[in-house]
Amino acid sequence: MRTLAIILLSSSLLLACAHSPTAIQSEGLVHETRLANGLKIIIKEDHRAPVVVSQVWYKVGSSYEYGGLTGISHVLEHMMFKGTPNHPPGDFSRLIAAQGGRENAFTARDYTAYFQQLESSRLPISFALESDRMRHLTLDEEEFAKELQVVMEERRLRTDDNPQSMLWEAFTATAWQASPYHHPIIGWMNDLEHLNVADLRHWYQTWYAPNNATLVVVGDVEPEAVIALAQQHFGPLKASTLSPPKPQQEPPQRGERRIIVKAPANLPYLLMGYKVPSLKTADAKWKPYALDVLAAVLDGGDSARLPRELVRGQQIAAGLGAGYSGSSRLDTLFTFSGTPAQGHDIAALELAIKAQIKRLQNEPVSSSELARIKAQVTAAKVYELDSVFYQAMQIGVLETVGLDWRLLEEYPQRIAAVTSDQVMAVAREYLIDDSLTVAILDPQPMDGSSASPKATSTLRH
Amino acid sequence: MRPALYKFLFLLIIGWSALLNAQPQIQHWQTANGGRVYFVAAHELPMVDIGLSFDAGSARDATSGTANLTASLLTEGAGQLDANAIAEHFDQLGAQINSSAGRDYASLSLRSLVDPQLLQPALDTFKLILQSPSFPANAFERERQRVLIGLQAQEQNPAALADRAFYRALYGDHPYAQPISGTTQSVGSLRREDLLQHYRQYYVADNAILTIVGDLTHTAAVEIAEQLLGQLPTGKRPAALPEVSPGDEQYIDIKHPSSQTHLLLGQPVLRRGDPDYFALYVGNHILGGSGLISRISEEVREKRGLAYSAYSYFLPMRVAGPFQLGAQTRNESAEETLQVLRATLERYRNEGPTAEELTAAKQNITGGFPLNIDSNSKIAGYLTMLAFYGLPLDYLDHFIDNINAISSEQIRSAFQRRVDPASLVTVRVGNAP
Repeated sequence: MRTLAIILLSSSLLLACAHSPTAIQSEGLVHETRLANGLKIIIKEDHRAPVVVSQVWYKVGSSYEYGGLTGISHVLEHMMFKGTPNHPPGDFSRLIAAQGGRENAFTARDYTAYFQQLESSRLPISFALESDRMRHLTLDEEEFAKELQVVMEERRLRTDDNPQSMLWEAFTATAWQASPYHHPIIGWMNDLEHLNVADLRHWYQTWYAPNNATLVVVGDVEPEAVIALAQQHFGPLKASTLSPPKPQQEPPQRGERRIIVKAPANLPYLLMGYKVPSLKTADAKWKPYALDVLAAVLDGGDSARLPRELVRGQQIAAGLGAGYSGSSRLDTLFTFSGTPAQGHDIAALELAIKAQIKRLQNEPVSSSELARIKAQVTAAKVYELDSVFYQAMQIGVLETVGLDWRLLEEYPQRIAAVTSDQVMAVAREYLIDDSLTVAILDPQPMDGSSASPKATSTLRH
Repeated sequence: MRPALYKFLFLLIIGWSALLNAQPQIQHWQTANGGRVYFVAAHELPMVDIGLSFDAGSARDATSGTANLTASLLTEGAGQLDANAIAEHFDQLGAQINSSAGRDYASLSLRSLVDPQLLQPALDTFKLILQSPSFPANAFERERQRVLIGLQAQEQNPAALADRAFYRALYGDHPYAQPISGTTQSVGSLRREDLLQHYRQYYVADNAILTIVGDLTHTAAVEIAEQLLGQLPTGKRPAALPEVSPGDEQYIDIKHPSSQTHLLLGQPVLRRGDPDYFALYVGNHILGGSGLISRISEEVREKRGLAYSAYSYFLPMRVAGPFQLGAQTRNESAEETLQVLRATLERYRNEGPTAEELTAAKQNITGGFPLNIDSNSKIAGYLTMLAFYGLPLDYLDHFIDNINAISSEQIRSAFQRRVDPASLVTVRVGNAP
């Protein structure tokens, strides 16, 4: 990010107040509106400290990609810092830095988001620069060639040289055959090698438009002023005609899938994933919340069942986690990931996890477990207010996967309403062998010699 | 809406804001037995962060890994409670607890809502962990095995291998040389008694710093300080750590089956409270501390596409902490990247920053200052740093002036006096040809 601030700021002043914004819907401290070009704006007031976070969320990510183009959303995120006709490469970052700001961006399966954190009076620089790159990215050939090398280094760092990441990548690609959650967010190396600027230009033109974006602002701001500022900077941008991504629905899985990945490593690693619905795809509203409670029964704090029974009690796992997030556009996975303790193997760990699942299917969880989860959720609702960034993040994720930020407000009540019967019901419906994918890391010697017998024995099942 | 939310809105309107003040108002006192207490009232959210720090980090290890394992054993048993009971007590209240050790200090922290029905029972258990940990033999053995597994995980991670080799090479015989979690051999030789000894010697009032940030009155904070520290033996602070002697140039090469080579360069330079601190901090911001726009990132990443992450930093510690430059690049580019890192450092050391660079750095650091103290957890972090390293309590009040006072010449002079390119340690972990 790098530009000439003076020109930009003065021209923006001339345009101020030229348009009247559309109606604002307010609920408590949260305000929502939409500009005529389709840009959705959500503002949450938090006057605790004189700071603001501004985030622009685009409805595009790796789950919008298809074969041969994997990783393109993330490469485009990198190129968004490489200049527009108004701002040469690097200008964006320099201008934000000159205002004392911090900035970055992130890409996931269902979204690409850009953010700045600033002292609250400095918000105009964020809107000036974000609106410019929403429609006017240069995508220079030489800059692209260098940045692609950077992304490949990022892939080597995050995935290729990390045996557990390699396993995750192969695991998701096995669990999802038709669903675009099959693709790694960073892209397959060979797809990266064959990306070109024309691909990126097409991707940018397809998805980067005000009617495919949500602007989230949280901090010490006045909502009317923020909307006027947004109107001034983003208002003139043209909307696009959007074609929503194809559904790419995953067909029902008919039987367990099991893979092995061999990589130089010292420790084996186990991943298990069951197909489950998200908040967006569930056939009954309570089910994602019941799955959240199920995950918390297993792994919500040190007193949850996995640390209590498998790490401390039976001492089968050195580390073990269960995970579920309902905030996704498509069906997702309920996962288990772990490393066996000394003297145990992957097979023993998998059996122990299966026994925990069986118990959840046959025995109602206790009222004290439900009370504990409710207390944790109530407290977390207060703790999360200690971070404006996190508050903005939660709003942005929900909006961008096609849900509603109001779900955040009702979350504690939804969790409190989950019954032990409902937890048992989702355990029985979804945690079944036929929709299970298992991935096992088979450690290979670090010095390049052939596998030791000990390493392969961990694969027996 | 629920009553809890009404209460929160009410507080937002009438609450006295610690964060909207220019600087947090720090209240400081000592308990009768010598414990130092630092309190910032923050009334906007009905929560509190309580942190205890002891000069009991791995720099105090009799056997490498002692401080780390001692900290992790605190929540494994206390009084009559076992690990399950302790975890249950906190989880049922929605309270969060953490314990950890670094090189300089070990810490134990609690985050809780301030509703007395929740806070008091959380404090009761917290107090028990602090004052009467039982270091159960079975938990000791289990956690020791988990540390050993963690060490095996480090061996398969080039970044972790580089970090361990870097500290070992920089610090030689100094206690900072030892890895915080120990080595397979040292952890293998640890006994439960070693942990008890570490706890008894260092977890004492005179060696304790208590920080409290949250929605409490001064009276309530005093009461909490007495509850937590009042029952600890007074004990005494350990002797000062030995100074770090300057080292020679070293090249450490570690073969690893990775596609990238991890590069680290550096030497011991900076302690907290050092008179050159602000010159080196601002200077490094320009060299490698300001993300994509820093010189190192510009040369390594933006111009040449050699790495995803390329940076430099000074880590000020009790005694000379490291100055470090780092990057990770495909094995074939390791030599080129190393040359670029070295050349960028040497040029900067010779020439110092340009006037434009210095202005931009000051604008960034001072303009972003409110972001440094915009949450209870960030204020708590600053409190611990100030208190542990004995910095003046008005440190934050003068921070911006101290930054603005730095000149290009001071930066050039500080780099020339404090950074010696002829005695850098270079660590390479990877599969470079």
